[in-house]
Formats: sequence, structure tokens, C-alpha cells
Amino acid sequence: MSEIAFPVPDANILARRDAIIAGLAKLVPASSLITSEDERRAFETDALTAYRRMPLAVVLPTSTQEVSDVLAFLNHEGVKVVARGAGTSLSGGAIPQEDAVVVGLSKLNRILDVSYANRTARVQAGVTNLGITDAIMADGFFYAPDPSSQLACTIGGNIGMNSGGAHCLKHGVTTNHIMGVTLVMMDGTVVELGGDHLDADGYDLLGLIVGAEGQLGVVTEATVRILRAAEGARPVLFGFDSSEEAGACVADVIGNGIVPVAMEFMDKPAIEITEAFAHAGYPLDVEAMLIIEVEGSPTEMEAQLSRIIEIAKKHGVRTVRESQSALEAALIWKGRKSAFGATGRVADYICMDGTVPTGQLSYVLKRTDEIVKHYGLRVANVFHAGDGNMHPLIMYNVNDPAEQAKAEAAGNDILKLCVEVGGCLTGEHGVGIEKRDLMLFQFSQTDLDQQMRVRAVFDPQWLLNPSKVFPLDARGSA
Amino acid sequence: MNQTLTLDRPTSEAEVIDIVNEARRARTPLAIEGGATRAGLGRPVRAPRKLSTAALTGITLYEPGEMVISARAGTPLAEIESVLAEKGQMLPFEPMDHRAIYGATGEPSIGAVAACNLSGPRRIQGGAARDHLLGLRLVNGRGEAVKSGGRVMKNVTGLDLVKVMCGSFGTLGILTEVTFKVLPRPRRTATLVIEGLEDAQAIACLSAALGSPYEVSGAAHLPACLSPVPQTLLRIEHFPESVDYRMRELEKLLASYGPMHRLDHDASLKIWREIGDVTPLAKPSDQSVWRISTAPTRAPLVMAAISAGLKGQWFYDWGGGLIWFATTAGGDCGAAIVRAAVQSGHATLIRAPQSVREDVPVFAPPAAPLMQLTRGIKDSFDPHRLFNPGRMYAGL
Repeated sequence: MSEIAFPVPDANILARRDAIIAGLAKLVPASSLITSEDERRAFETDALTAYRRMPLAVVLPTSTQEVSDVLAFLNHEGVKVVARGAGTSLSGGAIPQEDAVVVGLSKLNRILDVSYANRTARVQAGVTNLGITDAIMADGFFYAPDPSSQLACTIGGNIGMNSGGAHCLKHGVTTNHIMGVTLVMMDGTVVELGGDHLDADGYDLLGLIVGAEGQLGVVTEATVRILRAAEGARPVLFGFDSSEEAGACVADVIGNGIVPVAMEFMDKPAIEITEAFAHAGYPLDVEAMLIIEVEGSPTEMEAQLSRIIEIAKKHGVRTVRESQSALEAALIWKGRKSAFGATGRVADYICMDGTVPTGQLSYVLKRTDEIVKHYGLRVANVFHAGDGNMHPLIMYNVNDPAEQAKAEAAGNDILKLCVEVGGCLTGEHGVGIEKRDLMLFQFSQTDLDQQMRVRAVFDPQWLLNPSKVFPLDARGSA
Repeated sequence: MNQTLTLDRPTSEAEVIDIVNEARRARTPLAIEGGATRAGLGRPVRAPRKLSTAALTGITLYEPGEMVISARAGTPLAEIESVLAEKGQMLPFEPMDHRAIYGATGEPSIGAVAACNLSGPRRIQGGAARDHLLGLRLVNGRGEAVKSGGRVMKNVTGLDLVKVMCGSFGTLGILTEVTFKVLPRPRRTATLVIEGLEDAQAIACLSAALGSPYEVSGAAHLPACLSPVPQTLLRIEHFPESVDYRMRELEKLLASYGPMHRLDHDASLKIWREIGDVTPLAKPSDQSVWRISTAPTRAPLVMAAISAGLKGQWFYDWGGGLIWFATTAGGDCGAAIVRAAVQSGHATLIRAPQSVREDVPVFAPPAAPLMQLTRGIKDSFDPHRLFNPGRMYAGL
């Protein structure tokens, strides 16, 4: 596996940098334009830190109108644009390029309106995911998609990547919770898609925008669904002697008509790394662990839990540990949500994100282990078992180029495996640059051509986040 | 009635491609149909050839433990639902059956559920067809087989063409296979009926219930124009002990709204089937029927504005977010008044005489930049505009 390629920067654009910056300076306040090398450095990568490119300039608009003015200008000048939320993409979705201007959404950070009667909130795109829930939780409501980075990541970024999270098994992913957006197209046109009513009239353009990785336009505002929280929720730990038993238990729970809010899986390496960091009380003497969350009134939780325990017993569950307090429950989730960060303390890692049919979980775990061992590396597995969205964390040393190449090769082999067993390359992190060159494993050229023709309807010049998603050498025929 | 001369019934995707290629060479538009129960939905299609997916049948994958089912597009919906029911599962979005309001016979197909994004009362809690459509295969207007999505629940790989296909009414491509996420069928269902509320009170009551932690999965209101005593309906579905508990809690929460009674499991199933299929407005069959999507808090105002200018009957679903309205089929079927009342949201003319659907936009006309995108997307799939010409918009 060779290093992920970036296109050669457009020399013509680089040569016109001063003029482009002067043009931007007329459109936004000085405090919204970042041009110095030191300050631009904060925007040269995202959570895929192995790759970085210094952007031409960074603009931090304070209104939809400013975004529109900036895009219209850059469109006219033929300058590429990379939209950016908080820069937490694990797939390199927000990594810029030398001939592109970053349009950052961090100053669009207001919650504009909340309606409990309609169960909607109107927010600017730079509001953080958790910021929405924080604003409404005192009234018993929450915003459902909960990526692990929810403290930092923005709703705009979530829309770009169609982010998921641990509780998606019951509640669904971002696309199921966005009712409307204000979208600025590359030529500066501002369109309203959807609103505070359900479902599109005409083609579902909103459904195209969510998960388009910033290639169709820049979202500046969104109307999101908000949900009333359950009366109570309780995560329970189930320890097993093998991954196979844990996997079979997951399938059996669903087969029995129970869809818990969340069913999260961790293998032994992930348990050990996370427990050392979070002290969440995870069992250290098991090979695999499930976190299953039940919710409802205390009586309802008891009833559902006893059903799940009965099923788990059939699959040889070794330990069952219920959280006894809100504090313990919070610790259990803190452990799970800090699993990536905790792994980062032990080693550098790349995080894969393929989804597989849940019936293939055991097989894919076994093959993943073999693949990573073959490259002489270590892996920890922590993932959303209920929906088959796997997150092998392949550990390596970022300062050793040979190890990095091995880690990327192992990752690619794992993703190909995911596709082979009927799954996909990415369940919630997005394609970005990371999986871009693997797209032809999952799609035919014809499939990609159809996607690229639709993409071109929105951005005919291919200026929006252009180096992502579609393999660089697969673009000619669309 | 659509002036179609010849009928093709391909039995495989390869045959679909052959027919499309032939149509492409001859520049002959195709009318696309599945079970032919929704011919009245959309603008009239003028095409010399008709392609039916009715012979493109069969469930190709069903994994109950993974909550996923795939089937060829022409597979009867009834077959899908019966196979799912055997394993205690269901299509959670309760696809509407249009046979009641169109007086149609025939068998609705699973492909139409995807093509028309058909959802029923549970949409308010569990999402629409578009939220459960995991993947599909289609033949585009270039005669190419294209796949999008897949069979797994979480998939963000590439542009989500599944969404734009869902609800495109056969104008972008011919669906050959669809894959849906399914869910366990609730063990028990019950409905709380609050009696005698005016529209605005009823919507407030539905909002209070939907804002409770009890996971109300159906929230409708049948006003005085349809029911001697107005009925405000709230459905709970769950394991039996949870249904009992949640019904009691809802009764306490809503006690101040008015007298109430419960419908048990069977009565509950029946009434929500009727609401989902818009049975209360099926007769008289010569009335026009509108489907209006708006925010619940605006719904009573929208309805007040409409009923000030038009006589008719109506009811609310989705906690008030969906209004079904029947009125006389004369003139423009009330389009000017209805669309003026729905400032935010949209109104679709679901049932009207063919002559009206020729002239009055069935789907709300999109704003200019959105119409431009719509045209671009149509041409990106179907450059020769072969599929269902004019079904959604005149000239497209």
C-alpha cells in the first residue's frame, strides 16, 4: 500500500494566493480570515493525523450570507473549498489541500429555536452535537445520534459524514434525524431543503446532502429532530469466554424481538486498554464483553434485563454487572466513548469502520486478528455489535514509516474482508481520503459514475472537497 | 387510461436492461408500474410502452437475526409481510395501501413501497420507508445496472442514491431489487382514545403525549367532521407489561383533556390500519384527496385556513404533522386554497380526476433552484427522459 495520494496543487491558484486573499478580505471581517502560516497550521489536518496539507487560507464566516458570498467568489475564481466543522473526521474528510480554502463553521454556533411541541430544534451548523442535547436535557429531551466525539464534533460535520454512534441501533443515524437544512451551493445560491415537517416533496435532496462529505454544498443551518428521553436507562456489562459466544448472544437477543438502545462489543485488548484509562469496572477476566443498554421505568428495565440475561445464559455468559447508580452508568459509557482516546495513550492507531452482516461477526473478528498478526501488529476491537459496525483499532508507531505502511495495508485487507462478507467499507466515519481508493472494491465503475453524475449536478466544476470519496483515477468517465 | 399500447413483463434485470436499451435506441418513453394499484398517484403518464415489474419476483435474502430482507421489486408486499410475520417481524414504517382510496384491485409490490416512499402512522416514531431502505438495484436510462447502499444497517460509503430513488416515483430508474431493515413486531398494542376535543386541543394533546417518555407510536385525531364524537388516538406498542404501564401513565398525563377509553389489541390494529390507509376518506370516491405535511403546531391553523374556503372532511396523523383532507373534485380540487394555506410544508394531490392532474401540479412546484437540481438529477439518471415522463412534474 502506497501512501494516500493528494492531487498536485494547481500552480495557477497558488500563484494567485494574494489576490484570492484580498478578495476574501472584502467579504468577511478581518477576524474571520486566517492567512498566517502559524494560524493556518491548526487547520491542516483532522483526526486522521497521519496526513496533513496546509490550506491556501481559512475563512470562518459568521452568517449564511457570508458563506454564500465566499463561495460565489471562490467559484468565480475556480478555487477549491473544504468545509470544516470541528475537524474530528477519522477518515480525513476535513483535511484540506494547498490550493483550497477552508470554510470553517466554528463561528456559526448558535441554537436558533427549540420546539418541544414539534420536537424539533433549529441550529447553526457549527453547534456541537452534545451542545444540542445540553441545551434541552433539562427539559427531558435529547438529540439522538451520539458519535464518540460528540463533545467536539459539530452538527455540520455530522451531516457531512452521516455520523452514527453507540445508540444508533434503536434511534438510527444522522440522516434519520435531519428534517431540513439551509444549503449554500458552490455558486453561492442559498437553498432551503425540507423544514420542520416530515419527508420531502419531490426528490429527497436532503437525503443526498446528508453523508455527501461536503461535496454538494455547505450546510449552514439545520432543523433536527429531538426526542424525549426514556424515564431511565441502564447499561449492563456481559462478559463472555469467547467472541463467538458474545456474537451469538447479540443475534439471539434480536431474534427474540428485543432491540436494546445499544449493544456494544469490546474484546480483551480493548477492555484492558480502556479499563486502565477509565476505571469503569470492566471485567478483566473475560475474552469479550457486551455493553447492553436497557431503558424505561425501573420495572420495565428489570423485565427487559431479565429477558436478556436468560438469553445470555444460553450463550454461556460468565459475568453480568448492572450499573448500580447514575455514576456507574456514566462511567461505563465514559469507558466506551473514550476507547479510541485510551488506545491513543498506548499506541498510535488507525481505526477501521467497516460494517458486516451481524451473522458474520465472529468470522470477521477471527480473520481480523489473523490479518493484523500477519503484518506483525496488534489490534483492539470495540464496536457497535447490534448493527455490525466494526472498529478494529490497528496499533502501530506513527514515526516508523514501514509500520505505518503495514498498518494501512492491514486496514485495507480488513475492509476488503468486510465487503466480501456482504458489508461495506464505512459505517459511520465516511470515505474521506482514507477509503477513497478502495471504493472500487465495493462499487462498480458504473455505480460510481452514477454517483459522480449526481455530484456534478450540484458542483459542476468539482470544487467542493474534491479529493475525497471518489478514487482519483476513476473520475474520467462520468 | 394512460394511452399505453404495449406491455413488457421482464423476469430478470437483464431483460429490463434489454427493454431499456431498446427504448433508448427508439427514444420511446416507458410507463413503469409494479402492482398497478397506484395508477392514480401522480400526473398522468403518456407513454407508448409500459414496463411492469410484476414478474420480477422473489425474496432473495431474509436474515431475521440481522433484521434485513431483500426482494425483487415486483414481489407482492403481502408475501413480504407474511414471511416477516412468520418470524415475528414487520416493515416498521407501515406502508400505506392505496387500494381503498383508489378503489383499485391487484397486489401492491415492495418496489412501489420504495419508489413512492410509502409510510404510515408509525413514521412519527420509527421513521419513513426512506429511513429503512438499506439498499437497492436499479436500471438507469442509459441501460446500466446500478447498485446503491447494501444490506447492512450502517453504511455511509459513497453518495446515498438510495434516498433520492426513494420517492422518485419511477422517474429516475427502474428498481429491480430492494433491501429493507425490519424490526420485531410488538407483542402487544393498545390505543388510548380521548373524546370530544377540538382540533387545536387535540394537537396539543398529541404533542404532550409525543413529548412524553412512553414512545407513542401512533398519534392521530379524527375531528367532528368524521366522527360523531371527535376521537384523539394514541397508540402504545411493546411487551405486554410495558403497554399496561405506559397506558396508565398516559391516562394520568392527559387526564385533564377529557373523557377517555382504551382500545385493546385487536381493535387497535384495526383502527391504525384504517388510519394508515386513509379509509375514513375513501368514500365518496369522487372527492379529491390531499395529503399535507406540516409542523404539528401549524396544522390546526392550516386546516382552519383551508376549511374557511373549502367544504370537506379531514383528519390528522403523525401528531398533527400529516393532514388528510377530502373535498369536492370540481375546479382545481381546491389547489389554490390548499397551497396558499400551507406556507411551510407541502401539499400533494393524492386523488383527483385525470383531467385535473394534467393541469394542477400534483406535487408542489419546487422553488426555481430546486427545480434546476431536480432536472439535473433526472438527467443524470435518465438523460433521454424515458421513465414515467411527466409523472412528477410537467415536461420532466
